[in-house]
Formats: sequence, C-alpha cells, structure tokens
Amino acid sequence: MIRVILPPHLRTLAKVSGEVRVEVSGPVTQRLVLDAVEQRFPMLVGTMRDRRTGARRALVRFFACEEDLSNEPPDAPLPAAVATGAEPFLVVGAMAGG
Amino acid sequence: MTDVRLLVGTRKGAFILTSDGKRTDWTVSGPHFGGWEIYHVNGSPADPDRLWASQTSGWFGQIVQRSDDGGRSWSPVGNDFAYAGEVGEHLWYDGTPRPWEFKRIWHLEPSRTDPDVVYAGAEDAALYKSADGGDSWTELTSLRTHPTGPRWQPGAGGMCLHTIILDPVDPDRMFVAISAAGAFRTDDGGVTWQPINRGLRSGGIPDEDAEVGHCVHRLAMHPARPEVLFMQKHWDVMRSDDAGGSWREVSGDLPTDFGFPIAVHAHEPDTVYVVPITSDSEHYVPDARLRVYRSRTGGGEWEPLTKGLPQQNCYVNILRDAMAVDTLDDCGIYFGTTGGQVYGSADGGDSWQPIVRDLPAVLSVEVQVLP
Repeated sequence: MIRVILPPHLRTLAKVSGEVRVEVSGPVTQRLVLDAVEQRFPMLVGTMRDRRTGARRALVRFFACEEDLSNEPPDAPLPAAVATGAEPFLVVGAMAGG
Repeated sequence: MTDVRLLVGTRKGAFILTSDGKRTDWTVSGPHFGGWEIYHVNGSPADPDRLWASQTSGWFGQIVQRSDDGGRSWSPVGNDFAYAGEVGEHLWYDGTPRPWEFKRIWHLEPSRTDPDVVYAGAEDAALYKSADGGDSWTELTSLRTHPTGPRWQPGAGGMCLHTIILDPVDPDRMFVAISAAGAFRTDDGGVTWQPINRGLRSGGIPDEDAEVGHCVHRLAMHPARPEVLFMQKHWDVMRSDDAGGSWREVSGDLPTDFGFPIAVHAHEPDTVYVVPITSDSEHYVPDARLRVYRSRTGGGEWEPLTKGLPQQNCYVNILRDAMAVDTLDDCGIYFGTTGGQVYGSADGGDSWQPIVRDLPAVLSVEVQVLP
C-alpha cells in the first residue's frame, strides 16, 4: 500500500481528507503511483502532470523521505520506505506566491 | 416571487449572491472553490439551476465544474481541452512564431435551448463545444486554423477567447472575440469563420485598420436586435448595424473611451453601458471616481451615473466579463470591481448600492432571473 499526501486543493477536488492509499503492482515508481492516484480519482487527471506528455506541471513538486524527487525520472524506483508504506509520497504545490 | 441570482467569479473563488425581485437585500454564498481563480460562472438559460464554472490555477491547471442545483453542490466534469489536428503557431509578444498552448478557459456560454450544450472560450484562443453536459469537449477547429491565425498575437492578458455570443434568432450564427485578434462571426454553426473588424482602427498595431490584430475587449448584443453589436475595444466604443460587417465609433462624449465591459439594457436596445478607464497604462477609473456611463441613443451621447458609487479615492477597474443586466422591469445592472466590490442598480443605472464590498478581485459577473 502506497501512501500519498495530496495538496489541499487537490484533496478538495478529489473530495478526500487525509492521506490517499493506492496499490501499485510491480516496481513502485513516480509514474505508476500517479497513474494509480489518477485512476482512483479521475478528476485529478491533468492537475499534477500534463495530460498528453505526462510531464510534471511546472508548479507541482514530488517529495518523499525529505528529498525532492520532482526532477527524478518518472520511471525511477521511489525510495523503499515509500514502496513499503513506511513513508508517504507527497504531491506539493510549489511555493510560488499566490 | 421572482428571485435574482448573481454568479460572481473572483481571483480566489466563486460567490453566489441571491435576492428577491426587489434587489435590495442580498445573501452571499461562498467561496466556492476557495483559493482557485474562477474566471467565469454562467447559468443555462434552458435550465437555470444548471451552472458552469471555470476553475483554474497556475499550479493545477484547468477544471470545469457543473452544478445541477443552482450552485448548492458541484461536480467536476471533463477538462480535456485538446487542440484538434495540427496545433500550428501564432505570433508571440516578440513577434516570433509560437505553438498554441492551452492555458485556461475564460468564458463559458451555455446554449439558449439545450442544457447539455455549452461553449468554452480558451487561452490560447480556441473555441470548444460540449454536447454532453461537459463530459467531453470538441474544438471548433476552423476558428483557430483561420488563415489569419498565424498573425494573431496575445494582448497583455494573454491570447484569450473571452466573448461568445449565440445569436438568439439564427442558431447557426455565433460571434466571438479574441484579444488581440479581433471579432469573428460564423454563419454556419462554426464550420467557417470570418473576421468582422472592418471599421476598427487601433493605434497599437502597424496597420491601424488591419483585418485582424485588434484588441477587442468585449461585445454586447440586445437579443431583440441581433444584427446590432456594440464593442468596447482597447480604445474606442464601437457599433455595428450589420452583424459586424462594418463598425463605426460611438465613443462620443465619453471622458475616455478605454475600458473593458459593455452591456445593453434588457428592454431598451439603444441603451448601452460602459465603464471608462483612465488609459491603457492606468487601469483604474479616471479622476478617482467610479462612473458608469449610459447612452440612451445607441452610443455617441453618454451620461455619467454616479449615485451610490464612490466619487473620491477610487482606483478600481472593471474587467470585461464583470458586468451583467437582468431582465426584470426595471432592468437591473450589476458589475464587480478589481477591488472586490459588487455593485447593483435596480433602476437601470440611476442609483447603485454595494451588494458586497470585500470579495477578492472580481473577474466575472452573470445574473439570472429565477421564476
């Protein structure tokens, strides 16, 4: 079970509170975790990644285990602690005013 | 008893203001979608409890929300706004070609007759249609791929399709306006489009009377006289008596003819409202006085309307989609400011009252009269 923490605006949009938990079969990567989140919450498609290219939206960040993983390859394995559910995968709205 | 519902989009959420037909006491609901930019909220004429909202964010992109109960509850619908076919290029600010890139929906225009049909105007400029209640969106491609498209260039606010007017008589006729390309009309349901900018003169472009390139801020039409259009251009208030075939200036005695919104009285097709702004470099009302100007002669002769509006120390702007008229008798006029005030007049503009004073900057105002 992968634990995902969404930013407040996306929690509101998905009508959830607290962490989201998703299952990923096979290697636990950023791409597959986000695929699983979007499959469970279709209203989030396009809000974290470009709908067509799959690229991270410019003002979205991905953190885990106190590391910024935003620019890691989307198919790179996430930290083991994320894969085991010990640590959450964080989707974060970048600090950019507003 | 008739009720009135104002749909207000702001920089930080949507608000719904309701009153009875007297329009003196208002209830404020919101923010809906708090913290998001709500470019536009609009209601279906065919089913007034069906509302649409364009919810957008620099962080998380474009969402479209739909309500089927007059705004008490909302659900996100489709948000896949794809440019169909070859994307192509337009001119960037620096004059270089740049591929079309979707940024947001500025305006939602529901069908007059079918609650499942709604049009959406996008930045970068494109027109979309949904015929399934917003689940899916199809681009009316021939507007963006018009032969003049590669010459379109964004205005300061982006290259946005911000005005959509559905002809009340001819279902195949539609008008749109794009900053800074100009106005366009289709007579065949969006299959083909023609620029309708003859007579416009814009000092900010090399060829002042070019076919395209004009920064049209807003179009307005009275439904009983659909061949007459009014336009607030970047500078100049304009009028067309032939569905945009040609335009003539009707700025007349306005103190300045720069502005954004323009609206037509619900029962008097020659009564028009604008809110002059100081200049293109000073986007606030002139002389620190908030004055709506009304023409009862279809333009040319204008009178300031000030009763109830601040006449000192006022430095707000009124954006292009932030003025609306209701269909009651007397006609109600409403507008929202960049300072977060929403003002209303229940007597055609003779007097005004602030309905709410401290909202986030207002992007859009629409009004519904409910049976």
